[in-house]
Amino acid sequence: MNLHAVKAIYMFEMARTFRTLYQSILAPVISTSLYFVVFGAAIGSRITAVEGVSYGAFIVPGLVMLSLLTQSISNASFGIYFPKFTGTIYEILSAPISYVEILLGYVGAAATKSIILGVIILATATLFVPLEVAHPLIMITFLVLTSVTFSLFGFIIGIWADGFEKLQIIPLLVVMPLTFLGGSFYSVNMLPPFWQTVTLFNPVVYLVSGFRWSFYELADVSLWVSFGMTSVFLAGCLVTVWWIFRTGYQLKA
Amino acid sequence: MNKQSIISIQGLSKTYDGGFQALKDVDLQIRKGEIFALLGPNGAGKTTLINIVCGIVNPTEGQVTVDGNDIIADYRATRSMIGLVPQEMPTEAFETVWNTVSFSRGLFGKPADPGHIESVLKSLSLWDKKDNKMMTLSGGMKRRVLIAKALSHEPRILFLDEPTAGVDVELRQDMWKLVRGLRDSGVTIILTTHYIEEAEQMAERVGVINRGSLILVQDKQELMHRLGNKQLRLHLHEPLAGIPGNLSDFDLEFVPESCELVYTYHSQRERTGVTMLLLALGEAGITFHDVDTKQSSLEEIFVNLVTWEK
Ligand SMILES: Nc1ncnc2c1ncn2[C@@H]1O[C@H](COP(=O)(O)OP(=O)(O)O)[C@@H](O)[C@H]1O
Ligand SMILES: [Mg+2]
Repeated sequence: MNLHAVKAIYMFEMARTFRTLYQSILAPVISTSLYFVVFGAAIGSRITAVEGVSYGAFIVPGLVMLSLLTQSISNASFGIYFPKFTGTIYEILSAPISYVEILLGYVGAAATKSIILGVIILATATLFVPLEVAHPLIMITFLVLTSVTFSLFGFIIGIWADGFEKLQIIPLLVVMPLTFLGGSFYSVNMLPPFWQTVTLFNPVVYLVSGFRWSFYELADVSLWVSFGMTSVFLAGCLVTVWWIFRTGYQLKA
Repeated sequence: MNKQSIISIQGLSKTYDGGFQALKDVDLQIRKGEIFALLGPNGAGKTTLINIVCGIVNPTEGQVTVDGNDIIADYRATRSMIGLVPQEMPTEAFETVWNTVSFSRGLFGKPADPGHIESVLKSLSLWDKKDNKMMTLSGGMKRRVLIAKALSHEPRILFLDEPTAGVDVELRQDMWKLVRGLRDSGVTIILTTHYIEEAEQMAERVGVINRGSLILVQDKQELMHRLGNKQLRLHLHEPLAGIPGNLSDFDLEFVPESCELVYTYHSQRERTGVTMLLLALGEAGITFHDVDTKQSSLEEIFVNLVTWEK
């Protein structure tokens, strides 16, 4: 195991975050605060509590997931896309480093940022609503699992992308809609029966549901289904990455 | 594997996606500790060859070993021995010189060693720039940083891909000094160039590559002898019946069609014989109204080599 290399990549990526502190941390915190103001305070005050939880508190897990997903994807995809774009990838490809180590460096750094971000957003949320976490361990597990899975997904997008438009297109056209329709701002039970079924095809529903359960023991689907679906997505990403590295897809001529 | 060779390339071919064949069945042995120049025109396949050995491009066919290790099966062993200075100059604009060079060392699996990084930076006159961001450096300085990155992990083999393309005289001289110093410390150096003079100045052996085929590999002395020929053309007033006796020691040829006397000599020799020839011509009473000299261009040399090879 070339731990020096993993550390080099990891530290390099973390340094990039601190250089772009505003973009990486401040921007998501501000946008999350705006969600609280708009949905939690303004609209939420007119919505009755959802299954005993105030609307403001109810949307916290969903908001965290929203940031986790978008930031994991954008950090990880940018992290690997940028060296491809500038050409510095030559050094990674010529280094005595395995694919697992490349992944640990890039995806590890992206996931770390997301986890830090998730914690910051939770802290921000406590300024707006009273928060309690019923199952901290499960909460942390979901936080980590989601960050890792979607950083991996972002890594795949970063490798697949051969231009800045492609880098944006999946987060914008797929991830954002799925997240908004994934029960971040409502309980699936509030939907008409037909849409409840449709919603179950949305992977984000399982993330939000499991995560929310760890706070309020409120869930749209069972906790184990949530874990299972997230793991299936993680496995799918791992297989894709394995294939990318095995074939050199978009990395090696 | 040859006992002294450190890189052994056998039957190497590369066909890029899209069907272009950039390398055709290349066999090449690089000897331990030598400076080897890969000489060829643009698009010959030099970068492709280097990139395959370094792991950046996948080979289509053939085998490459570095110090006895296969570049694919034992990539950790082979890659940790190699430093690469690429032809293009990609850099991380926002990183400092110190960080980007230290990063390379870590990437190649070496524990941090500020002392070594310091000496590399100093040897490349980069020490006072160590805290500068990459984007503030000139092209020549960036090239120096790329060399520093390649040397950061103490490689035993150094690839320099067109190291002097667009580089000022000062850096060129610094670079050659550095390269000789590395060679003296036992590092094997492979450089590519499309300048014959560069191969001539630096290398001990030269390989000529054209359209993906390695045309020949030779000691520099021999090759330069072959490539360094120059022609002096004298446009005579009167045609010659034959070469006069007092000129028989010179490599002369008379071309009746253009009424030219052609003297072939070696431009790199201390004594080219030109003065002697002109004196002898005067003695023989041969007069001329014009003279020109001609050196084969690289293109011509390649063409000659290709036809010679067939
Ligand atoms: N990634 C690539 N895909 C397709 N063709 C390529 C690629 N890289 C290089 N080539 C082609 O292969 C040939 C050899 O290129 P290269 O090895 O860079 O030559 P050199 O370094 O000798 O100038 C060129 O014709 C070039 O256009
Ligand atoms: Mg080249």
